[in-house]
Amino acid sequence: MATASIAKRGMFARPIAPTGLWSWITTIDHKRIGALYGVTAFILFLIGGVEALLMRLQLSQAEAGVVTPEAFNQLFTMHGTTMIFLVIMPMGAAFFNFMIPLMIGARDVAFPRLNAFSYWTFLFGAILLNASFFTGSAPDVGWFAYAPLNGPGFSDTGVDYWILGLQVLGVASLAAAFNFIVTIINLRAPGMSMMKLPVFVWMTLVVSFLIILAFPVITVAITLLLFDRQFGTEFFNSAAGASPLVWQHLFWAFGHPEVYILILPAMGIVSEVLPVFSKKPLFGYTTVVLAGIIIGFMGWGVWAHHMFVTGLGPVANSAFAISTMFIAVPTGIKIFNWLGTLWGGSIRFTTSMLFSIGFILLFTIGGISGVMHSVVPSDAQQSDTYFIVAHLHYVLFGGALMGIFSGIYYWWPKMTGRMLNETLGKLHFWLWFLGMNITFFPMHFLGLDGMPRRVYTYSEGMGWDFWNAFATVGVFVLGLGLLVFLQNVWHSRKNGEAAGNDPWDARTLEWSIPSPPPHYNFAQIPHVYERDDFWHKKYAEGADGRPVRTVQGAAPSSEEHGHGHNIHMPTPSYYPILLSAGLTLIAGGLVSHISVSVIGGILALFALYSWVFEPPTAPETQTAGPAGHARDKRRGGGKR
Amino acid sequence: MAMTPHTVIPDEHYTSTGLSHRKLLMWIFLGSECLFFGSLIATHMVNRGKAALLHGESPACLLDIPITSTSTFVLLMSSVMMVLAVSSAERGKLGSMRFWLFMTALLGSGFLLFQVYEFNLFVDEGLTIGTNLFGSTFFTLTGFHGTHVTIGVIWLLSILAISFIRPDMVKNPLNVDIAGLYWHFVDIVWIVIFTVVYLVGRLGVECAGA
Ligand code: HEM
Ligand SMILES: [Cu+2]
Repeated sequence: MATASIAKRGMFARPIAPTGLWSWITTIDHKRIGALYGVTAFILFLIGGVEALLMRLQLSQAEAGVVTPEAFNQLFTMHGTTMIFLVIMPMGAAFFNFMIPLMIGARDVAFPRLNAFSYWTFLFGAILLNASFFTGSAPDVGWFAYAPLNGPGFSDTGVDYWILGLQVLGVASLAAAFNFIVTIINLRAPGMSMMKLPVFVWMTLVVSFLIILAFPVITVAITLLLFDRQFGTEFFNSAAGASPLVWQHLFWAFGHPEVYILILPAMGIVSEVLPVFSKKPLFGYTTVVLAGIIIGFMGWGVWAHHMFVTGLGPVANSAFAISTMFIAVPTGIKIFNWLGTLWGGSIRFTTSMLFSIGFILLFTIGGISGVMHSVVPSDAQQSDTYFIVAHLHYVLFGGALMGIFSGIYYWWPKMTGRMLNETLGKLHFWLWFLGMNITFFPMHFLGLDGMPRRVYTYSEGMGWDFWNAFATVGVFVLGLGLLVFLQNVWHSRKNGEAAGNDPWDARTLEWSIPSPPPHYNFAQIPHVYERDDFWHKKYAEGADGRPVRTVQGAAPSSEEHGHGHNIHMPTPSYYPILLSAGLTLIAGGLVSHISVSVIGGILALFALYSWVFEPPTAPETQTAGPAGHARDKRRGGGKR
Repeated sequence: MAMTPHTVIPDEHYTSTGLSHRKLLMWIFLGSECLFFGSLIATHMVNRGKAALLHGESPACLLDIPITSTSTFVLLMSSVMMVLAVSSAERGKLGSMRFWLFMTALLGSGFLLFQVYEFNLFVDEGLTIGTNLFGSTFFTLTGFHGTHVTIGVIWLLSILAISFIRPDMVKNPLNVDIAGLYWHFVDIVWIVIFTVVYLVGRLGVECAGA
C-alpha cells in the first residue's frame, strides 16, 4: 500500500496501515498469511511435542507414575489430533499460501479475503480444541474416536470439544482448499500450462481436491455424533440397532485420504528440492505427477484396511488388502523417480537436501511396514500394537515432517531474505535423523513383542523395559535438535547472511524475484515458455548436454525496483477475522452457553454481509495509473 | 457487461481458463457438497431397515408420496424461475430479473412450508429425531436439505434487496448466475432424496392403512 490515507467506507475505516499488529490481523497478503500459518503451526507443534514427551516419560519404565491413566488417554488423543490437524496440515498450508502464487507467477491467491478467513478459522478452531484442557476433561478417545466410546454415556464433554474443534478446523481446511484449486487452475502466468506446473503445485492441487472430497465426510460423521450426544439421536447406538461400524466406515472414508493429505505436500517439496540440489531436472516429471494423481484417486478405495479386525468378512478384507497393496505401486514409482533424479547429478548436500534424502529413507521404511499391514493375517497380529505406532510415526514424522523441514530450509531465504546457518542446520538434521530412529525403530520390536498401543503402563517382566527406556532417550535427542533449529532461526533473524534472489541456483519462478518478495510479488507478470522456465532463462544446453550458464540470465532481472506503485492489490479487511470469530463462537456456545452461539451468529451474519458489500480494493488506494490496467488488459483482460 | 471503475474486481481481470474465479469456486463447492449429501444419504440407507417399529408399523409408512410429490414439483418449478432470472440478468433486464428472483424465492419458501408441515405431522404421530433410527436419519437428512434451501432463499432475497439498494452491484450477471448454480444443485439433491427416501423407501413396505 503506497498511500497511507484512510479510506472511509461503511462502518469502519478501511485498515490499510502497512505495519503493526493491526496490519497482521487484517492482512490478506498470501505471504503474511503463510507466515502466520507457519508460526502458529510451529507453536502447536511444541504443544504436541510436550504431550508426546509426557507420554514417553510415563512409558520410559514399567509402572511409572508420571501421569494418571485418564491423563494418558487425553494426552495421546490430543497429541494425535494436534499433530495431524494442527501441525502437519497447517504447515503444508503455510507453504501453499506462501509459495503457490509465487510458483505460478501470480500476484495473489484467487480469493485473498477467503484466505485470511481460513487462517483465522484454523487458529480459533485450534484454540477451541485445546480449550478442552481447561475444562478438566480433554478428549480421551483417541484421534479416531471409535464408537461407541465416543458416544453419550461413555465419554465426557471433552469429545464435544473435539467434535466442534474439528468442525471449525474443517471449515478452515475447506476454505483453503477451494481457494487453492481456483488459484492453481485460474491464476497461472500466461504460458504456464498444467504440465509446466512445478510438482509442488501439482501436489497442492491434488491435496486440495482430497480435502474438498474428504472433509465433507468427516463433517457428516462428527455432526451425527454431535446429534447423538446432544439431541438423543441413535446413529451409532447399537442398542437401537445401529452399527457402530458405520462410524468407522465414515471416519476412515475420510481418514485414509487424510493420510495422503498429510504426505503429498511433503512429496511435492521433495520433488522441488532434489532437482535443485542435484542440478538436474526431475526425473520423469510426468510420472511423478501422474503417480500423485493416482495416489489421490486410490486413497479412496482402501479405507477399510483400517478395519480388518472388525470382521468385515473375507471378501471385503481381500478386496481392501489388494487395493492397499496396489497403492504402494505409485508410491514406489515416485521413490524411483527421486532416486533417478539423484542419479548422476552433481549433488550438493545442503541441509534441505539432507532432509529430503532423510525423507526418502524414513518414508520408505514406513511404507514397507505399511504394506505389511495390508496383509490381513499379519495386520490382525499387529493391529493396535506398537508396530502401528512405529509405522505411523515413520510415515508422519519421518515422512511428512522431515519433508516439511526440507521445505523450511529450502524456502527460508525466499521467505525472510536471510540464509539459515548450514552447520547448525546439518546438526539439526542429524539429531533428528538419529533421534527419530532411536525413538521409533524399537517400537517395531515392542509391537511384535505384543505391547499394545494406548496403554498407559505395563508391568515389569514383560520384556518391554529396555526398548521403552531406549525410545524415551530418543525424545531428548529430538528435543535437542529442535533447540538447535530455534537457535538457528534466532541467529538468522539478525545475523543471517543476505539471501539475494536466487541463493540455490534454483529452477522455479519464485526465485526470479527479490527475497523477501515485495507485496505485489511480480513487478511484471512473467510469460512462461517451458517447464522450469526460470532455469532455462539462466542456462542453455552446452555441446556435451550439460547446462551452461548464459549471460543474460546471470544479470539480475531489471524490473525489480520502482515498479510497485502502479499495481493495486486488494486492501486489508476486518471481516475475515470477524467471520471466523463468529463461526467459532457459534460452535463454542454449543458446549458452554447457547447465548454465546447467538452472539456468534449475529457477529457472523454482520461480517458476512459487510464482506459482500466491501469492495476488494478501497477506492482511495487505487493510485492506479493507466499502466496497471493496460497491462492486465494485454493479458486478455475483461474475460469472465 | 461493463463495470464502473469502482466495482472493478481485480481478481477477474485475467484467468488462465477464461472462467471466472467465483463461478469455478461454486462448481468446486458443489462437488464437495455431493460428498456431504452422499454421506448423509448413505447413512440413511444403511439404517433405514433397522429402525424400530412405530405403532407396530414401519416408520416409512408415515411418508406421504402425493404430498411430497407436490412439494417436489414446487421446488422443480422454482428452478425454472431461476433459469428465467439468470437469463433476464444476462440480458440486463433488471425488472424481470427481480420478478423471477422473487418467484424463485417464493416457490422455495413454499417447499419449506411443506417441509415444516411434514415435520409437524411426523412429530404428532410420535416420530421425532430421537425416536428410532429412521427418525434420526430422516430428520437429519431432510433437515440439512431444508437448511440448504433456507440459505438459498435468504441468498436470493439478499440479491433482490441489493438490487434496490446498490443496483451497480448486481449489474454483473455473474452474481445471479452463481446463486442459480447453487439453487439448481439443491434441487437436484432433493430429487435424489425424494427417490431414495420416499419412493424407494416406501417400496414394498406393508402399511395397515395403505
Ligand atoms: C516428538 C516426537 C514424537 C513422539 C515422541 C511421539 C510419541 C507418541 C506416542 C507415545 C503415542 C501414543 C501411542 C499409543 O499409546 O498408542 C503417539 C501417538 C500418535 N502420534 Fe506421535 N509422537 C511424536 C511425533 C508425532 C508426529 C510428528 C505426528 C504426526 C504428524 C504424530 C502422530 C501421532 C498419532 C496420529 C498418534 C496416534 C494417536 C492415537 O492413538 O489416537 N506423532 N505418539
Ligand atoms: Cu489407510
